[in-house]
Amino acid sequence: MSKDMQAVFAGFGGQGTLFSGKVVAYAGLIEGREVSWFPSYGPEMRGGTANCSVTVSDSLIGSPLVTEPDAVIAMNQPSFDKFLPMVKKGGIVVADTSMVADLAQREGVRVIGIPATKIAEEAGLKGLANIVLLGRLFAEEPFCSPESLDAALVKCIPPKKAAMLDKNRVAVKLGMES
Amino acid sequence: MAEKVLMKGNEALAEAALRAGCRFFFGYPITPQTEVAAYMSKRLPQVGGTYLQAESEVAAINMVYGASAAGARVMTSSSSPGISLKSEGISYMAGADLPGVIINIQRGGPGLGGIQPSQSDYWQATRATGHGDFQIFVFAPSTVQEMADCAYEAFDIADRYRIPVMILGDGLLGQMMEPVALPEQRDLSSLPEKPWATSGHRGERAHNVANSLYLTAEELERLNIERYERYQAIKDAEQRCEEYLVDDADIVIVAFGASARVARSAVNAAREQGIRAGLLRPVTLWPFPESAVSAAADSAKALLAVEMNMGQMVDDVRLVANGRVPVEFFGRTGGVIPTPAEVLAKIVEINERSGE
Repeated sequence: MSKDMQAVFAGFGGQGTLFSGKVVAYAGLIEGREVSWFPSYGPEMRGGTANCSVTVSDSLIGSPLVTEPDAVIAMNQPSFDKFLPMVKKGGIVVADTSMVADLAQREGVRVIGIPATKIAEEAGLKGLANIVLLGRLFAEEPFCSPESLDAALVKCIPPKKAAMLDKNRVAVKLGMES
Repeated sequence: MAEKVLMKGNEALAEAALRAGCRFFFGYPITPQTEVAAYMSKRLPQVGGTYLQAESEVAAINMVYGASAAGARVMTSSSSPGISLKSEGISYMAGADLPGVIINIQRGGPGLGGIQPSQSDYWQATRATGHGDFQIFVFAPSTVQEMADCAYEAFDIADRYRIPVMILGDGLLGQMMEPVALPEQRDLSSLPEKPWATSGHRGERAHNVANSLYLTAEELERLNIERYERYQAIKDAEQRCEEYLVDDADIVIVAFGASARVARSAVNAAREQGIRAGLLRPVTLWPFPESAVSAAADSAKALLAVEMNMGQMVDDVRLVANGRVPVEFFGRTGGVIPTPAEVLAKIVEINERSGE
């Protein structure tokens, strides 16, 4: 059984942060756990940044808004700068160093940088940096079983985009091995 | 049971309404409820229904009046400023005893306010959804599952009592996704007969009229009194409330909707510190769960209303408590979501005071 996780997925609109958050929530649902997903929809969106809060837990979830995340995926500098100070002690930040130039460190927080956008593009997986980062987070903090993660991808990718499924699987693998 | 799917509250609510037999939707876009209208625009044509984006909220609620008068299951949705615009039409529906479902996915106010989650339309929903002597039925869901369940049941309640039913959600419940098991599609032929509807009859019966104009004072008084007898029947039969750790609680929080979720976390944290806290969560705001709150006023040392506003439902808690027990309030407003830590701090403060 995986432990409870509160996570934030943050970046620019269009980078797929809402999608990668949804994959994590679906993986929790598949394992019969309590899950919630809550997107930013306020003034931040107007500024071009998008983030979502995801909670996976074995007890009922109170507020779905995550204010002290265990895990953060940051896909741009403003998101990294905003969420790094909010992470719980012992928590983890996985950042896309193709986008985040200043990878500040914080005591008690594991800050991991991988050039996810570059990794994805070099593998012919343009637009899947979000899933590469998700793969790395999964390798560091397994929030579900590998089977549940795969089943969640199947759930989240609509049938008419079925061709994307294998690409997403490759992206997860690249992230895990990064 | 149906397989659980991950859905936004707004979409789960819309799908449940369809499955309850809603076949007409009239609305106008506004954040944070737009997914309700968007979902209906996609799905209603697939099931032979009618979706219409009206030219304004005022037009939309009057279309609801018309469809309801003709006997249809009909819904509109909006967010706070849009509900204010609909208030005239809601009053007319109440005056003509027309059922209908009105969704309010609240945002911060007053005025145009903001677009973040809020509960500052409690008074509007329970006191003044329009002019005149009337009430509407108000559900306050707290989860995505309840958004669906309340929407599904709202049509039955509306038809049974010939009353407008509001689902008072907020931006948090509308925008978040949670697992939801959707209800079964209702057999439309099983829906209740509406002998009062202004449907065609080929001269085989007397005309039905949907009207709220009564110029004779005594007649209007009689109709209002009859309507309030129906309201009393609703108060007797339909009060709903969820209790959590209330039995031995010294401090009972009363909270609905999104703030009840936060309050529950705070109750758990208080229990870990050895403070006996509990939670009463009204699922209906009108009728207000007076029986449950009254029992808590007898058993607890203090009541604490937690809301996302400047203090509105707390009035109803005070009315019910009627001086028997101190009633405290904690709220955040303007679209700010309270944290469990803030609510816990208030519980601790009350606990220290009541221990003196």
